[in-house]
Amino acid sequence: MMNVNMEVSLAGVTLKNPVMTASGTFGSGVEYSEFVDLNKLGAVVTKGVANVAWQGNPTPRIAETYGGMMNAVGLQNPGIDVFCERDIPFLKQYDTRIIVNVCGHTEAEYVEVVERLAAENDVAMLEINVSCPNVKEGGIAFGQKPEALEAITKAVKRVARQPVIMKLSPNVTDITEMAKAAEAGGADCLSLINTLTGMKIDVDRRCFALANKTGGLSGPAIKPIAVRMVYQVAQAVSLPIIGMGGIMTAEDALEFILAGATAVSIGTANFVNPNTTINVLEGIEAYMLNYGVRDINELIGAVHE
Amino acid sequence: MGKTRVKAKVSFHEQIASDIYSMRLQVGAMASEAVPGQFVAVYCKDGSRLLPRPISICEINEAKGELRLVYRVVGDGTEEFSKLHAGALVTVMGPLGNGYDLLDKKAILIAGGIGIPPMLELAKQLAVPKTIVLGYRDELFLNEDFEKYGEVVIASEDGKHGTKGNVLDAIAESQVTGEAIYSCGPLPMLRAVKQYGMEHDMVTQISMEEKMACGIGACLSCVCESTEVDAHSHVHNKRVCKDGPVFYAQEVTL
Repeated sequence: MMNVNMEVSLAGVTLKNPVMTASGTFGSGVEYSEFVDLNKLGAVVTKGVANVAWQGNPTPRIAETYGGMMNAVGLQNPGIDVFCERDIPFLKQYDTRIIVNVCGHTEAEYVEVVERLAAENDVAMLEINVSCPNVKEGGIAFGQKPEALEAITKAVKRVARQPVIMKLSPNVTDITEMAKAAEAGGADCLSLINTLTGMKIDVDRRCFALANKTGGLSGPAIKPIAVRMVYQVAQAVSLPIIGMGGIMTAEDALEFILAGATAVSIGTANFVNPNTTINVLEGIEAYMLNYGVRDINELIGAVHE
Repeated sequence: MGKTRVKAKVSFHEQIASDIYSMRLQVGAMASEAVPGQFVAVYCKDGSRLLPRPISICEINEAKGELRLVYRVVGDGTEEFSKLHAGALVTVMGPLGNGYDLLDKKAILIAGGIGIPPMLELAKQLAVPKTIVLGYRDELFLNEDFEKYGEVVIASEDGKHGTKGNVLDAIAESQVTGEAIYSCGPLPMLRAVKQYGMEHDMVTQISMEEKMACGIGACLSCVCESTEVDAHSHVHNKRVCKDGPVFYAQEVTL
């Protein structure tokens, strides 16, 4: 049988395959390791971690919508110290890349976490969350204005030891402007899309379904928007892209890769089936065998004008 | 073995009251892992409904590899489940959560509404003298199943069955006593039960409910406010799906 090459490179970091987890849906892998062999994943992208513990939002934090779900968890996390003492040693046991998602309210908070991670040799890359719609300060505030995004990217790059992924918000008029700003700021890689801001109303109780009123919409309902944005960004900048947004199957993942993504993240689908990452990986391999594609890199951005 | 996700066959399914259904699922080895107070995540077939529905385990039959779920139809997902016939396959993940600590103390089981089902397996396994207090709005269900495991005391809001009022009214009227409380039901009931347990110096365990996504403790959607700093996030949010659903009443702020 033909051997296929699944290895891809993101800003000089080699991944054994392009399948990774989307931040916030997989914790630090501890809970999912009961279902998934983490050794098989290209990378685990952790839930966002801040300089100190964050309480997150009140409940309900979650609401299902047609073909999707909204969350307003609000980046509850234990802070960087606990994360470094507990979660990195856990992930280190596995033969997978560790990508740490970093969140903050202010530039100084992002910088503090990134500086702290500079000493962590097992962390392969940093993903900077400037696109969470569920926190009042920071988060998306840095991700909706090109100047602010460029500035935070520069600030993070100044202290980062690992390659930096800027995670882009789809809640903007023109995502290519944001991608260019991140590139101008020195980003090494982009990931997109984060969730779309949405709202659900409980008509029986006549109230908001989420305590936070609004939440981030994810799941297959948003996939066409995400594929479109990955395609647009791939045309606009030369940075590698991690594509995500509603990937449920290998076919979905392949859409992102063909649109220009070097790697893909599985998020909401982990809740639908904890084994989705592995199913997607195996499905991509099967597709390559079926079509006689020897190297996954041949598929990246293969569909264009 | 821990948690598994399997395609289970529906072996028996019946409606037992308005909107209340009883479904037996052949889950194999999952049944041997389950303890009273745990729940399972049941997945919809309709792809527009992504998230599994958390449903408490009503009875465990280890020999048959079977779980009984008794649930209320509250939305499209449970509506879909209610249409499953015997022989149908449904995807189930479990057992999830922690379950009750079975204490060697004279017990009062206090349950209201759709909080009643998980108390049945508990009543079966809890080998101490016990009184089972069941609160209904109007229509009774499962009450006869409990009779072989202890004295059953009933409260109904309309007074048609047992004491008119709530579970605490029934406890007062029937002069129920005990040393440990096991409870499951709507939040206002849990608040009152916690208060009652404190006033009577009784060890009180309550089962919490919250909207869930992953069901295994990763997504942090279903947290409840805890009195102590939690072990996972080092804030005051325990995970209902993983650290619970059963908590000692003093662990959580209701």
